[in-house]
Amino acid sequence: MERVAIIGVAQTKYQRNNPSSHDEMAFEVAQKALEDAGLSIEDIDNTVTCTNDFWDGRTISCMTITDASGSSKVPTTNVEGDGTLGALMGLMRILSGHFKTTLVVAQSKGSVGIPGLITNAIFDPLYERILGLDAINSAALQARIYMSKYGITEEQCARVSVKNHKNAKNNPYAQLPLDITVKDVLKSRMLADPIKLLDTSPVSDGACAVILSRQSATRKISRKPIWIKGVGHCSDTYHLGDRDLSDVSALKTAAKRTYDMAGISNPLKEISLAEVYDAFSYMELMWMEGLGFCERGGGGALIDSGITEMGGSLPVNPSGGVLSAHPVLAAGLARIAEAVLQLRGEAGSRQVAGAKVALAHGIEGACGQGHCVFVLER
Amino acid sequence: MGKRTAIVGVGQTNHRSKIPECNGQELIAIAVRRALDSSGLTIKDIDAVVVGNMDHFESINYVDMWSVLGFAGYMKPVLKVTTGGTTGSAVGHAAFYHASSGLFDVVLAVGWEQNSESDTTAAIVTHCEPLIERDFYGGAIGGLASQYSAYMDGYGATEEDAALVSVRDRHNAALYNPYAHLRKTITVEDVMSSPYIAYPLRLLHMCPRSDGACAVIFAGEEKAKRITDRPAWVLGVGNSHGTTYLGDAIAMPGLPSLEKASRDAYMMAGISNPFKQIDVAELYLPSASAGVAWMESMRFCEEGEGPKFIKSGVTNMGGELPINPSGGVIATNCIGATGLIRIGEAALQVMGKAEKRQVPAAKVALATGFGGCLWSDATILGSKPRLD
Repeated sequence: MERVAIIGVAQTKYQRNNPSSHDEMAFEVAQKALEDAGLSIEDIDNTVTCTNDFWDGRTISCMTITDASGSSKVPTTNVEGDGTLGALMGLMRILSGHFKTTLVVAQSKGSVGIPGLITNAIFDPLYERILGLDAINSAALQARIYMSKYGITEEQCARVSVKNHKNAKNNPYAQLPLDITVKDVLKSRMLADPIKLLDTSPVSDGACAVILSRQSATRKISRKPIWIKGVGHCSDTYHLGDRDLSDVSALKTAAKRTYDMAGISNPLKEISLAEVYDAFSYMELMWMEGLGFCERGGGGALIDSGITEMGGSLPVNPSGGVLSAHPVLAAGLARIAEAVLQLRGEAGSRQVAGAKVALAHGIEGACGQGHCVFVLER
Repeated sequence: MGKRTAIVGVGQTNHRSKIPECNGQELIAIAVRRALDSSGLTIKDIDAVVVGNMDHFESINYVDMWSVLGFAGYMKPVLKVTTGGTTGSAVGHAAFYHASSGLFDVVLAVGWEQNSESDTTAAIVTHCEPLIERDFYGGAIGGLASQYSAYMDGYGATEEDAALVSVRDRHNAALYNPYAHLRKTITVEDVMSSPYIAYPLRLLHMCPRSDGACAVIFAGEEKAKRITDRPAWVLGVGNSHGTTYLGDAIAMPGLPSLEKASRDAYMMAGISNPFKQIDVAELYLPSASAGVAWMESMRFCEEGEGPKFIKSGVTNMGGELPINPSGGVIATNCIGATGLIRIGEAALQVMGKAEKRQVPAAKVALATGFGGCLWSDATILGSKPRLD
């Protein structure tokens, strides 16, 4: 396959109640990503947006950011899903040979909706919604079965939260840089057993943009191109009751596809850092297992070992991850943007020394029903 | 350059105003089963799925995850595309890019809608910008009505001219298409005696809202040739979703986005004289007025000559350029599927599988999509990988 690079990235500062509107946030990151790449809007020959009618509170919500995302004069499409899937769509449009340079923009404003109701609408309207399921209590079911099956403790989950909020202190875009202890997490308010407030990602507003370009079009850009080495996505089945919620087969399948494409046989050795979609603290541990960084059930021992801390052999979520800022849809794209900054050596005080290969990961639906994995290389 | 790509299978439900015996997942399952059967494939042969609908019509969030049950997407790559009325055509294009990129060999495109579960207008009103435009352009009809008013004013077109398009499409649906929703023929008098919805558009000028699903299977060149001797090759795609405010899109007669999308698709396919080179067109005409005013946007006729073009009968079955042998959107409108049905019907035509609605010896077909903020998609399909 022709080599495709990421040549520009931009993020808003993530915060609750960003006074900017959806399109103002989209415009901010579209413009900054162009500046980052040293391009002008005339260099963009197609765009991909990521919006969601429920989160945006509007039908055909991609209309909200059409002009702001640079789509007014060029072909465009809208992926209704995590930003990693938007980036994948952008990649496929370039690989098809019909486009050279794709601008991908994802945004959401969690603060203007009611997340409990919006995520309740993920579930089956007849059988499941009436139970009051939402993103948090469904995750609690998953956390509980995962923890019981593999002996993962609440302390181990809390350690993820402590690590990521501490990492967020080095990330100027993060919403929740926090100095907290395992005890603070364990003592924080119970939301849905075993998930407590500090095990949970915040409600966030924010946007992220990345620019993808085929190799032949990367010559004029000012930045060091970061190459897409592999990508894969995969979905589990729908009903929570039909799934073994402790199972990570969909992520394993997506990761295998990605690693095969990237030529990676030993992810723990070959990958310098990972930015994964830790909407809840336990998720980072589960996703480590699905991504093949440890054995099944080894997520707890992995966090205990310190490997995933800054300074460890595989820093995970140097940015602070989704626990420290959760702009839905943009959150997965932000994982890619952060991975790019790391590989460029431009990640400031959150820089992982000598980062060569980075993994970025996004999820879709309840309890990580869908996954998308990217591997990027300097 | 990417892989040459073709359509190898098409399936759709028998569309109706209400299909209460099915939920959306079951509608999808019917269309997918029929598409697989038409191509001799099984679900195991599908490498990736693209799905689309408009969320607020059924009020299901993350439909890509929910619809996995409809197309047996367990452990498959799934991605959702939604762009309003153009959703179906955008899903088709996304599936084309999946296969053309070389990342996936056989890609299933699924569009569906179960409009009977919602108040369509209440849901669609919210697509307008809330402060400036929602009060007067809310709903799907306002923009189309304004646009045809401008066309009537500019070129002397009439409500009767538009009625001819309703009569043509409903005739085709009634006589030729077993999958169509509205299968009764109507007359110009019927249209003209139906009530105004928004001047100058009357009830029978407008599309219905339907329940239904459509599935179209795309494959890269080598796979496509192995699956069938006569696939429908994707020769060109075009897309223009440029405007954000309806007021910016309706000021002029014709449809600028369709002009741009079809021009790009023609260019990719190598079409210089669309009227001569295209054998059949499946057009997303949300109202009969569009069947008059937009003909020039695809360069089927000169500016302002839409009425003359329609009256001449060239777009009827048996004419030089039959439009909507399926009965089009005036007869069937399961919104998230509608644009994909156009692609599927165009594919059936160039595959020679359109049964009673077959245009004899159709080699090149145009399919369009319409929606969002007066946006357009265009797709050119051919019976051969290249134009002769």
